[in-house]
Amino acid sequence: MANITYVEANGASTSVNVPDGWSLMQAATTNGIDGILGECGGSCACATCHCYVDELLMAVLPAPEAGELDMLANVAAERKPNSRLSCQIKASAALEGGTITLPETQE
Amino acid sequence: MSAEPGHVVIVGAGQAGVMTAEALRSGGFAGAITLLGDEPHGPYHRPPLSKAWLAGEITEPQLVMRAPEMLAKKNITLRTHANVAAIDRAAQTVLLTNGETLHYTGLVLATGSTPRSLPLPGMAAANVLPLRSRDDASRIATGLVHCAEQNLPVVVIGGGFIGLEVAATARKKGLAVTVLEAAPRLLGRVLPPVLSDWYAALHRGHGVNVVLDARIAAVETANDQAVAIQMADGTRVPCGLVVLGVGVSANDALAREAGLATDRGIVVDACGRTADPLIVAAGDCTARQLADGSLIRLESVQNATEQAKSAAAALLGQERPFVATPWFWSDQYDKKLQMAGLSGGADAWAVRGDMAGAAFSVYHFRAGQLVAVDSVNAAKDHLQARKLLDAGVSPTPAQASDLAFDLASLLA
Repeated sequence: MANITYVEANGASTSVNVPDGWSLMQAATTNGIDGILGECGGSCACATCHCYVDELLMAVLPAPEAGELDMLANVAAERKPNSRLSCQIKASAALEGGTITLPETQE
Repeated sequence: MSAEPGHVVIVGAGQAGVMTAEALRSGGFAGAITLLGDEPHGPYHRPPLSKAWLAGEITEPQLVMRAPEMLAKKNITLRTHANVAAIDRAAQTVLLTNGETLHYTGLVLATGSTPRSLPLPGMAAANVLPLRSRDDASRIATGLVHCAEQNLPVVVIGGGFIGLEVAATARKKGLAVTVLEAAPRLLGRVLPPVLSDWYAALHRGHGVNVVLDARIAAVETANDQAVAIQMADGTRVPCGLVVLGVGVSANDALAREAGLATDRGIVVDACGRTADPLIVAAGDCTARQLADGSLIRLESVQNATEQAKSAAAALLGQERPFVATPWFWSDQYDKKLQMAGLSGGADAWAVRGDMAGAAFSVYHFRAGQLVAVDSVNAAKDHLQARKLLDAGVSPTPAQASDLAFDLASLLA
């Protein structure tokens, strides 16, 4: 499990205990965090779960795979070096205390 | 209906229903919203049912689309086990099968679809199963365990996406799998012959027994269990589980019985509107009118999501037509197929990349104009295709197949 903080574009902040193996997208949508849509249910097919990860997560996360990189090219908001798709980030203890910031728009 | 308080009743708590509820709230609707689901579960994601969930890669809680308390936070009242028996348009009420009536100022039909069966002897056996709901998927998962324990093969009837995704999952689990497809090729309704052949080779390469032009005579049963498929040519295919993937029918009976137009789906315009200004529809249950007057039925997450946004806007008195390029996807083994556009009526094809390699795309043309692109493990091509199709920009077939030609230059 990892405690992850989601910061929405309007500044609203929510901390969620994300079970191991869950994606950060799943935990966000089931917990009603509006800034993430996850329309495809986590299949890396829609690019509506875009997020910006903090330095802690940047340091511990494996680099995006090719499919995620391709989808990141299509995100609605600005793509930054720390842009990720939250459906491809799986929780583990290593992510404890991480923060992701959500863009203003996902579509 | 305006943004004045009122009561929107949404029939169906799947993708389209939930997205409509949320779009109403984000659009400023301040009245009551009641989301009626006929299943015992709250809203969940269907796409993983035939893939990651069936493979055991994710658990039940991970299927949840919105936790009920999160809907409550948005003042969306979710009711499960809620079956609608009828709509009374004059009285603006829906009648539930438990006898209760609900008054509405706006009504959303997001009733989904129902898997088709086949008129064959033995189809009612307990281990002949469609895949639509969470409960269907649970039964199939149990069936797969049974097959593994008893060393029994799985038979999939229908070589469409659902059937082939289940076949791939069953093979991953090491089970013997036969796919019976009545047509001369797999996925014939949605893919060009070149990709049908590619998918047949993919599945055969993974050890699936793919039978095309399959003529089934009957399902042989013993003690209410299917034990074999009897083919018209006299052969017999033993089985411990039969998964049915022969398409779906739109759930349009409620609308039809209420006097709304239906044609293998609830007829709506591009904004999700029916002829009744208080009633909209979204998702699998609809037949959407295109500009040329023809009707289109799409069964996809994007269709449900886009129509939901249109339908919510319509109830709020706004026009938000669904005009984006349709897109779909299917995961089988380690191959992600992403489709953009509608390939019906295509008369020419061009392949970009190497079909024997890791990634490629097939470009479909009709009268020289790009109409659809199917990409395998080529998300970049797919996303670019959506942009090309949205913009109405077409490469020539020669440009499409020339890897040295930058298709993005057409969008500049």
